[in-house]
Amino acid sequence: MEKFSRHTGIAVPLLKDDINTDQIAPVLHSRGLKEDYRAMLFHRARRREDGSENPDFVLNKPQFRSPGLLVTGQNFGAGSSRESAVWSMLANGIRVIVAKSFADIYRENCLQNGLLPIVLGGDQADNFIARVVEVDGKAPFTVDLVGQRISGPGGDDVAFEIAPADRTRLLEGLDDIGLTLKHMDGIMSWERRAQATQPWLQSTRDSR
Amino acid sequence: MQQSLFDKIWDFHRVGERADGRDLLYIDRHVLHELHAHHAFTRLEQQQRPVRRADLTFAVQDHTIATAPGRDDETNPSGSAFIKAMREGCRKNGIKLFDVDDPEQGISHVVAPELGIVLPGATHAVPDSHASTVGGVGALAFGCGTSELTHILATQVMALKRPKRMRVRLDGGLGAHVNAKDVALRLIAEIGVAGARGHAVEYAGSAVRGIPIEQRMTLCNLNIEMGGRSGFVAPDDATFTWLAGRPFVPQGTQWDRALAHWRTLTTDDDAVFDREIALDCSTLEPQISWGTDPSQVVGISGSVPDPTALDPHRRAAAAGAYAYMNLSPGTPLVGVPVDRVFIGSCTNSRLPDLQAAAAIVRGRRVAEGVIAMVVPGSSSVKREAEALGLDRVFREAGFFWGESGCSMCAGGNGDRGQPGERCVSTTNRNFENRQGPQVRTHLASPATAAASAIAGRIADVRRMMSGAA
Repeated sequence: MEKFSRHTGIAVPLLKDDINTDQIAPVLHSRGLKEDYRAMLFHRARRREDGSENPDFVLNKPQFRSPGLLVTGQNFGAGSSRESAVWSMLANGIRVIVAKSFADIYRENCLQNGLLPIVLGGDQADNFIARVVEVDGKAPFTVDLVGQRISGPGGDDVAFEIAPADRTRLLEGLDDIGLTLKHMDGIMSWERRAQATQPWLQSTRDSR
Repeated sequence: MQQSLFDKIWDFHRVGERADGRDLLYIDRHVLHELHAHHAFTRLEQQQRPVRRADLTFAVQDHTIATAPGRDDETNPSGSAFIKAMREGCRKNGIKLFDVDDPEQGISHVVAPELGIVLPGATHAVPDSHASTVGGVGALAFGCGTSELTHILATQVMALKRPKRMRVRLDGGLGAHVNAKDVALRLIAEIGVAGARGHAVEYAGSAVRGIPIEQRMTLCNLNIEMGGRSGFVAPDDATFTWLAGRPFVPQGTQWDRALAHWRTLTTDDDAVFDREIALDCSTLEPQISWGTDPSQVVGISGSVPDPTALDPHRRAAAAGAYAYMNLSPGTPLVGVPVDRVFIGSCTNSRLPDLQAAAAIVRGRRVAEGVIAMVVPGSSSVKREAEALGLDRVFREAGFFWGESGCSMCAGGNGDRGQPGERCVSTTNRNFENRQGPQVRTHLASPATAAASAIAGRIADVRRMMSGAA
């Protein structure tokens, strides 16, 4: 996983709640095993019914063509568990999503891929959104995970919270499987215990 | 200490705490599907890591598989690469695959319980957000992404933050033609699409006890639509009777031993929950979604809500939904013309779902111009339904009777509606463009979907069956 410590980029306001994975990375766009994740992102919203580009969609506006951060509302990433909804962000240069809240699985998928999910609440969120809207892509914001701050035009630095373990994992780009494999003794001793107490869990035999 | 069932299952399966503070939770059963598995197989190969417990891992072809009779790998051209990669990955890694032509092929969430692969008190993972469907037999299930899927293949554990506990009490008997789908839709309408976020949800109460296992699965299936991390029903005698004799359940003395343990899988009387809510089901009528998320739901006798009647924070979403659905506030749902009806998906494709729909359809005809489909959740369900003659009931009424798969739920296999069509669907998501570009989805139960196919309009199944419509 690519490490994350600091990221500077244009912040794109996508100010809706409950944006779901069908919107972020539509499955109907599936083109086989070699997906074009860059083209997948918000594929439907980016186009009009006749297939031409929709100039009103925020990511199609000239100032937001090279995004770095996405700023959005409540429950971002609701719906499917598909990780393409995170990969398509990264393929477009978006390494930070600032939301009022995230759907559980989506947030997990972000952490697995070095995409920083930042939650801002209440006034802090509204003030930051107002700044992003005001700046309108004319100047970038910088997200510093070490100092847990967002800095940029239009106001003071914004401090954000993140669980220390999630922060470390992103900063060090830790291999998730490698972390777990350090516990292999524990996993094997769990299996022995289950075999002794609930043996049906440790085997799958077709009785026919 | 008084414990909830969630705590009992979690604590038993907790291998330890990882350096980053996450709990390592042992996964007893892992079921893959072809849409996501190939990424994981490729990654493991790159990392030169083996599948640790192929014997606890199963695989199905469901998301991209065609439903046309006589289908093969190539029937859905955009699925064929996924299907072949799945076959190859399972062969290389020694994983049991229910392949395209397997008599037990089907949707993962239907196949795992019907074969007894998933058990009460077991942990279960699927790279699909509807994983907790199997909570209907008392398993604790988690949907996961591709990275987590790879992680489980390599380690047989998931690294999770312990969710909070929530209990949903559902009391009261369900009225005629009202079932778990209606209960779940009402619940999502009440608490919203993020109402259970961060929580493992136990469904309890007399209404839950009173419904068959398949309906408990429908209830748990829709848990993710209110944001829940997992959802389950404590197993009881109905569960044990349902499971007995299924191919992969323990046999003989092992069954007795397992059964004795399963009887302990209850929430203690004084267990504490982080959140509790209750819903009286006795006055519930059939429910239907009117908008573009699963919380935009009304009773079948209701109308598209006026924005002023909605919570302020739901008004912005509603404004978009009126436009997309081409429905104005105040329009009664009953009578809205439909173009298409879909009965199927992991939500509502088990035998009792098809029986409920067939009971409405029998002796009637699908309305002129309506395309109506039934897609059984597994090849086993299809066979059982055919043995009961349900295929004839549907076919004679003008329904398409398909081979099993996810089909029109997300359209990953090419089954989808035409732009502008209105579809009454027994699936789980009414998101924009999900069932095809510009397709307008109304979520409902199999009975309501069947009645709407016959009427050619959204219909109140109760009125149709009492002869009033």
